[in-house]
Amino acid sequence: MVPVDEATTLHTGTPPVTAETPAPTPAPTPTEPPTRPGPAIPRIRRRRQGAVIAGVTGGVADHLGVDVLRVRLVFVLLVAAAGAGFVAYAGLWLFCPIEPRGVRRDVPPRERRQGLGLATLGVLLAFILSGLGGQLSGWVIGPLVVVVIGVALVWREADTGGAAVEGETGWRARWLVGRRLGLLRLLAGALLVTMGIAVFLLGNVDLGQVQFGVLAALATLAGVVVITVPWWMRLVRELGTERRERIRGQERADIAAHLHDSVLQTLALIQKQAGEDVAGREVRRLARSQERELRAWLYGPPGGDAGRPAGSTDATLAAALATAAGEVEDDYGVRVAPVVVGDTELDPNTTALVAAAREAMVNAAKHAGVDEIDVYVEVEPDVVEVFVRDRGRGFDPDAVPEDRRGLAGSVRDRMTRHGGRVRLRTAPGEGTEVGLVLPRSRRGTPAPATAQEESR
Amino acid sequence: MTEPASAPDEPVTVVLVDDHALFRRGVRAELESLARRTVSVVGEAGSVDEAVAVIGHRKPDVVLLDVHMPDGGGAAVLSRTRPDHPDVVFLALSVSDAAEDVISVIRAGARGYVTKTISGHELADAVVRVRAGDAVFSPRLAGFVLDAFADRPGATGVVDPELDQLTRRERDVLRLLARGWSYKEIAAELVISVKTVETHVSSVLRKTQSSNRHELSRWASDRRLV
Repeated sequence: MVPVDEATTLHTGTPPVTAETPAPTPAPTPTEPPTRPGPAIPRIRRRRQGAVIAGVTGGVADHLGVDVLRVRLVFVLLVAAAGAGFVAYAGLWLFCPIEPRGVRRDVPPRERRQGLGLATLGVLLAFILSGLGGQLSGWVIGPLVVVVIGVALVWREADTGGAAVEGETGWRARWLVGRRLGLLRLLAGALLVTMGIAVFLLGNVDLGQVQFGVLAALATLAGVVVITVPWWMRLVRELGTERRERIRGQERADIAAHLHDSVLQTLALIQKQAGEDVAGREVRRLARSQERELRAWLYGPPGGDAGRPAGSTDATLAAALATAAGEVEDDYGVRVAPVVVGDTELDPNTTALVAAAREAMVNAAKHAGVDEIDVYVEVEPDVVEVFVRDRGRGFDPDAVPEDRRGLAGSVRDRMTRHGGRVRLRTAPGEGTEVGLVLPRSRRGTPAPATAQEESR
Repeated sequence: MTEPASAPDEPVTVVLVDDHALFRRGVRAELESLARRTVSVVGEAGSVDEAVAVIGHRKPDVVLLDVHMPDGGGAAVLSRTRPDHPDVVFLALSVSDAAEDVISVIRAGARGYVTKTISGHELADAVVRVRAGDAVFSPRLAGFVLDAFADRPGATGVVDPELDQLTRRERDVLRLLARGWSYKEIAAELVISVKTVETHVSSVLRKTQSSNRHELSRWASDRRLV
C-alpha cells in the first residue's frame, strides 16, 4: 500500500520530499471508493437540520459563509420593506434544493430560539407595518396571516416528505418533524388556508353570494376529481413502473460492472495460465466458452456493433458470424477472434457466406496446428468480405492433399453458387488466409445515397 | 515520441496498473520468464491513486494500463499523470470488448490497445514497440477505428477533412491490421517499407485522438473526456 502522504503530495502535483519513501509493494490493495472531482460550483442548499421554517436562511448563511443570525436579521428587515423578505424567502424556498440527508450539524437551542423569535417578529412586523401604512385593511391582514401559516405548514410537509430528522428530541420532534403526525400537520395547514380564505371572503362578500360561490366551486372541484381519476391512477402507476425500471437498469449495470471486474478477469487469467497438456486445453476451452457467453450478455454479440444491447436478435451477419466462431471455438479448442466492421441483415447469400466462413474456420482449426484464428468481416455498400486467417503451417495450393477437400468443395462451391468468390493466400509455413468476397445486390438494401461511397 | 529506447541492451521499464493482484502477478511472471529480458517490471499499482504515485515515483518507460478499474479506470490515470510525465508511454491492456471503453482510453492518450489474452511474448513485443514510438493496434482496435471512421450515410458532416478522414493508404493498412497481419506482412503486401507502415499507423492514432468525428466525440463525451 502506498503511504498516504506520498499519494496525496503527488496528487497535488508536487514531488515527494523524501526520497526514501518505500516503493509501493505489489500487495493486493483494497480499492477505494470512487473519488470524482466534480466541478466545485457551490449551490445554495437549504439546511435539513436546524431549520426553523424551511432552512433557507441557514442555507444562505452556509453559502455566504456568514453567521445565520445576520442573514435572518436581514430577512426580517427586508420583510419590513413592503414585504420583500417574504417574496425572497418563498422564492429561495421554491428554487433551492434541500441538502442531502445525513449532513449532521449541531444547532444550539439558543440559535433555534433566536430563529423562531425572529421569524415571528418578521411576520408580525410585516402586518403591523402594512396595517399602519393603511395599504391593507384589518380584514385582509388577519386571514392573510392564517393563510401564510397554513401554506408554510403544507409546503414544509411536502418538502421534507415528513421524514424524521435524526437528532431531534423533545416537543419539536413530536410535533414538528415526527413522521407520525405528518398527515395531521398537512390537514392543519390545509384547514388554516381554507379558514383564512373563507374568513376573507365572508368579511368582504355578501353571505348569499358566498354560499352560491362555495357550492359552485365545490361542484366543479368534485367534477374535475371524478373526471381525472383515471389520469391520476395512470400517473401513479407510471411513476411506479418508471421507478422499478430505473432500479432494474441500475442493478443490471452494477452487476455487469462487477462481473466484468471479477469473473471476466479470472476467465482471462485461467486461459493464460492453463497448461499445454490435454487437461489444460480443456480448461482453456471451457474458460473461453464461458467468457464468450458472459461477454455476449454484457456487451451484445462479440465482435459486433458494441452499441447494440445484449439479447438483440440473431438475424444480423455479425451475430451469426459470432455464433459460428463460438461454435468453432468450442468444438476445436482454438481461439477465434472475430472483428466486424459494419453489419447487414441475413439473407440467403449472407447466410451462405457465414456457412462458408465457418467451414474455413473449421479447416484452419483442424489443419493449421495453431490455437488462434483471426476473422475479419467488413460490410461495405457493394461488397461483404470475410477473411479467415491463421498463422499455421499453410500448404501448397497446387498440391492440395485429400483432407483439404473441405475448402475446395464446401467453401468454394458455396461461394460461387451465391455469386461470390474465394481468394486463397497460402504457402507452406506461412499460414493461410481464406478471403471470401460476396458482392451485394443493391436490390435488398434501402438505397442510401450512393455518391458518397462510390469512390471505394 | 520517436526517440528510440535509451540503450538497446537495457530492458524497457514497465509499471503494471490493474486492480486484480492475481492478474498483475500473472503478467509479471509471464514477462519475467521470457528468454530475452526485453522488459522489466519495476512497479505495480492496484488503484488510480496508487498508479499516479507509482508512476511518479518510478518514472517507467511504459505503463501497462487496465481500462476498467473501480475508481475511474485507465482514462483517469492518463488524465492525472500525463501532464506531469509526458515521456511515459501508456499501453492499454484490457478484457473489455466495448468499443467506447477502448476508444476513450486511446483518446485519453494511450498509444495502443491489446487484449489480456495476448501471450507474454507478444506483450513484451508490443511494449518494446510502443516504447520505440510505434502505435500498437490489435486487430480489434483496428476494427473499432475503421468502424468509427466509416462513412455512413446519415453521419454528420465532416468538420475537418484533414483530421476526420483516413487516407486510402491508412485505410488499407488498418484493414490488413484488422485481418491479423503483421507490419512486415503489410509492408510486403502494399509494397512499402515497414517504416512507412508505422508512419501510417501513428497517423491513424493521431487522428483517432484528435478527430472531432461524431462517433469518436460521442464516445469521448460519454466518458467526460472532452
